[in-house]
Amino acid sequence: MRIRIQQEDFDVGAEIAAMRGDRRIGALAAFVGLVRDINDGAQVQELTLEHYPGMTEKALAQIVEQAQGRWKIMDVKIIHRVGTLRPTDQIVFVAVAGAHRGEAFAACEFIMDYLKTQAPFWKKEQTPEGQRWVDARASDDTAAERWQGTEIR
Amino acid sequence: MDNSDLAKGFAHAGTGIVTVLYFARLREALGRDTEQIALQPGLRTVEALRDLLRARGGAWEVELGAAKPVRVAVNQTMARLDSVIGPGDEIAFFPPVTGG
Repeated sequence: MRIRIQQEDFDVGAEIAAMRGDRRIGALAAFVGLVRDINDGAQVQELTLEHYPGMTEKALAQIVEQAQGRWKIMDVKIIHRVGTLRPTDQIVFVAVAGAHRGEAFAACEFIMDYLKTQAPFWKKEQTPEGQRWVDARASDDTAAERWQGTEIR
Repeated sequence: MDNSDLAKGFAHAGTGIVTVLYFARLREALGRDTEQIALQPGLRTVEALRDLLRARGGAWEVELGAAKPVRVAVNQTMARLDSVIGPGDEIAFFPPVTGG
């Protein structure tokens, strides 16, 4: 398991390539989150991401442990950027390696859903009307909650 | 109850310091990111600490009031209002998270 919080951008191809090598891996599922230019009807010029150093790493490690308890997965990598970002910039990368696609896809989505509601990051947007903190979405809570009823596969 | 629990129990009755952290909207509205607070008898849950801070009035009352969604972590783990706090603990107040 590798977890990185950083200001710098990352190279998705290089990150995925670095996860190959284990001959038992048959599937690598990856997700990349990007900065959009429109949020809640306002033009986003810039986004600043703040986090809680220490707790962030701990929360992400706990989410990965939960995923490992639910699915047979071999490797997980999470990269989350902080600092100032602009539309089209990469924010987050989650990749999961497993023997087959089923567990890789599911664990990747699970990790993203929990990251959205449990990991201490906060976004502040710069719009033509000024700065504003992004509000949490009820749909993110719903996305994380739906895993609570699912069977361990 | 082992010795460390016992020590914590005694410390609750007397003195002790907790570190309180504020993040994002709370940090800006309250004008600070951290402070040390001395524990006193009766101050042993997150709720009691929140009430103490709220009693400062102004932005404290607004930001930590019932109308604002506030999350809390004790020693870097998500906690609840009834979570117990003790000497040396790190307690963080922040808005619902918006990463990813």
